[in-house]
Amino acid sequence: MTQIVKPYGDTQNDGKVQLSFALPVKPDAQGKEAARMLILSMGFDEAEITCMRDLGEGFTHFIAYAATSASVDVSKIKVRVVETPVMDMEATDLYVQEHLGREITVVGACIESDAHTVGIDAIMNMKGYNHRFGLERYQCFNAVNMGAQVPSEELLAKARELNADVILVSQVVTQKNIHIQNLTRLIELAEAEGLRDKMLFICGGPRISHELAIELGYDAGFGTGTYSTDVASYIAITLSKKQAE
Amino acid sequence: MLKLDLDTNLVSRARAAATKISSDFDWLFDGYSSVTIERTVLRLMGIDGATEDGKPLPNLIVDQLQSAGALSKGAAIWIANAMHHESLSAQQVAEKVLHGELQLTALPMAEPQTLYDLLASLSSEMLGKIKAQKAQREDFYQKYGPRREPAIYVIVATGNIYEDLIQARAAAREGADIIAVIRSTAQSLLDYVPYGATLVGFGGTYATQENFRIMRKGLDEVSEEVGRYIGLTNYASGLCMPEIAAMGAIERLDLMLNDAMYGILFRDINPKRTLLDQYFARMINAFAGIEIQTGEDNYLTTSDAIDKAYTVTASQLLNESFAIKSGVKPQKMGLGHAYEIDPEKENSFTYELAHALLTRQLFPEAPVKYMPPTKFASGNIYKTHLMDAMFNFVGQLTGQGVQLLGMMTEAIHTPHLVDRSLAIENAQYIFRAVKDLGDNLELSPDSFINRRANSVLKEATEFLEKVAEEGMFAAMAAGAFAEIKRPENGGKGLDGVFERDPEYYNPFMDQMKKELGL
Repeated sequence: MTQIVKPYGDTQNDGKVQLSFALPVKPDAQGKEAARMLILSMGFDEAEITCMRDLGEGFTHFIAYAATSASVDVSKIKVRVVETPVMDMEATDLYVQEHLGREITVVGACIESDAHTVGIDAIMNMKGYNHRFGLERYQCFNAVNMGAQVPSEELLAKARELNADVILVSQVVTQKNIHIQNLTRLIELAEAEGLRDKMLFICGGPRISHELAIELGYDAGFGTGTYSTDVASYIAITLSKKQAE
Repeated sequence: MLKLDLDTNLVSRARAAATKISSDFDWLFDGYSSVTIERTVLRLMGIDGATEDGKPLPNLIVDQLQSAGALSKGAAIWIANAMHHESLSAQQVAEKVLHGELQLTALPMAEPQTLYDLLASLSSEMLGKIKAQKAQREDFYQKYGPRREPAIYVIVATGNIYEDLIQARAAAREGADIIAVIRSTAQSLLDYVPYGATLVGFGGTYATQENFRIMRKGLDEVSEEVGRYIGLTNYASGLCMPEIAAMGAIERLDLMLNDAMYGILFRDINPKRTLLDQYFARMINAFAGIEIQTGEDNYLTTSDAIDKAYTVTASQLLNESFAIKSGVKPQKMGLGHAYEIDPEKENSFTYELAHALLTRQLFPEAPVKYMPPTKFASGNIYKTHLMDAMFNFVGQLTGQGVQLLGMMTEAIHTPHLVDRSLAIENAQYIFRAVKDLGDNLELSPDSFINRRANSVLKEATEFLEKVAEEGMFAAMAAGAFAEIKRPENGGKGLDGVFERDPEYYNPFMDQMKKELGL
């Protein structure tokens, strides 16, 4: 059944949106009109500049409201999401014991130029994050966190050496889409080395979604708000299903 | 006035333990050196430039001396000998080495006194230049008036130094007092300092001497325009701590992130390497009048801010005692802490007030560096902006020295021009609104805030006393700091640490020690 929606301000289908941006113009009447015209040229109606602030260096900040006539049919949208249910640590350990019957080796790293271990540490390290222990604490995992700035080659070599079941990659720095380059490089190397189908490839980071991960050739992707329990449950269930096949 | 009723006995016990810990490292400071310390000496002698493939000349020379087994005497003496023998400047010597026209260790050695005299004049020249930069900064503050408290500190991080400069100038005009040029990710683990102006970086811009010069010049211009001296800061951290400190001293940076232990714990750099490098780096900063800043916020971004509040206090006290050993004055110790308590926690602000007051009161002269919420910043920019306002409130109320403004887009991207502008507007509004509020308030003696501050202090004291007993390296190896195990001989950069020969000579360290009264 079709379900057509538009943004909601205070009246059904009024199409109201907030906009905020800077333009390299002066904060004067001409600049303000330029901002308004820009919004109209984006396809909006009823453009109203509600705030104009001088940012210096020839830039001005505009805050605006406008209405859109665009709409979207929600029923036609298909999004790939991680569908495995989320279990706590004890349940995951029990699940693996019952369904897989062996330890799972996970090798994790923050690859290439990225020096920010906050993400991989939150998922893997013993203490975890926000009252959820990391994979190191699980009985079912042999978790190896290689830390920051690990070249893709080293990560793959370690995974091969340990006969890993899972490779877990974190990318926190995303400026100029460096994370896409890094993740692509890893998966291409894995394919070249014949490792891609031997293990699960999972990536995570603030700008990563499951959709993006699939597109890049990974098995799963986890974004902001992910806990160790999400990743652990996904690994446990996916590997158990694979084994059963 | 808002003032804690702190247990003074605990304060002196904690300081005594911290002093005991740092004074256990005299064997290291007096008996060892590192490749980056020697490269710093070369830079201070005036050697600059890089090979065609980007290897800096100081690295080239130190690597050659190291493979010839000659580095234990220090790099200075070899260059001085070549200068004397060939009648060349230090830079000319370096270029000859680059072109393979000179083998430093193959020349006959001149009389030691001749070389010492030559080095003394070189070091007086460079240290004189650094002193002139220090005087210039003091003149600017004299002329434009002192920095506000808390100072407004914002970051720029475009990756391109010229784009950074546009953003820095805009921020200065809006009210920023200090500009930090965030470094490109991964620079901390480079065992060399890149050369020249850089246009591409990731999550930041490379710290290079040319980039320092470009930014300082631009900020001097805008300082004059706005009638306020705009401070510049960067990161003397990672594997090149003293080199970056020296570059900053020469180019008149005003502050430097320069933590004694950060590299060990959060970048897995070897403990001996880090302590040794920070000792010399901080001495340069002390000599140049550069305010150091420390990275205690990292303890809270990786652990719970209430459970581990004491680790911040303990680290501040250790940073203080190591800084004293390098001659840093209390007025130049920007010890760190951070507003990282879970906003869902009841009374999160009350806890924060206790922690912020504790820092303020333990280090009354220090321009304390106060970091914004990052861990609980999210894609909900409206909520993050609100948390930043609460953070600004505590900063003004407790009189912190430097407020590192939070950005509403903290969890999304490096700040856009608009984000930074809104952050400055937020801070200015709050600072003005509650300017004298603190003077009108008092804490009741049995208040939660008083009890909380004392209990954090007690935990920190007990922790430091335990570390003092075990020794810091043993405690680090056992994971006592930040729940991370760092063995004495693990981590990156250990191969760059060496024991000094009895004839080792570092003219800059000698002269700075003398002038700093160490």
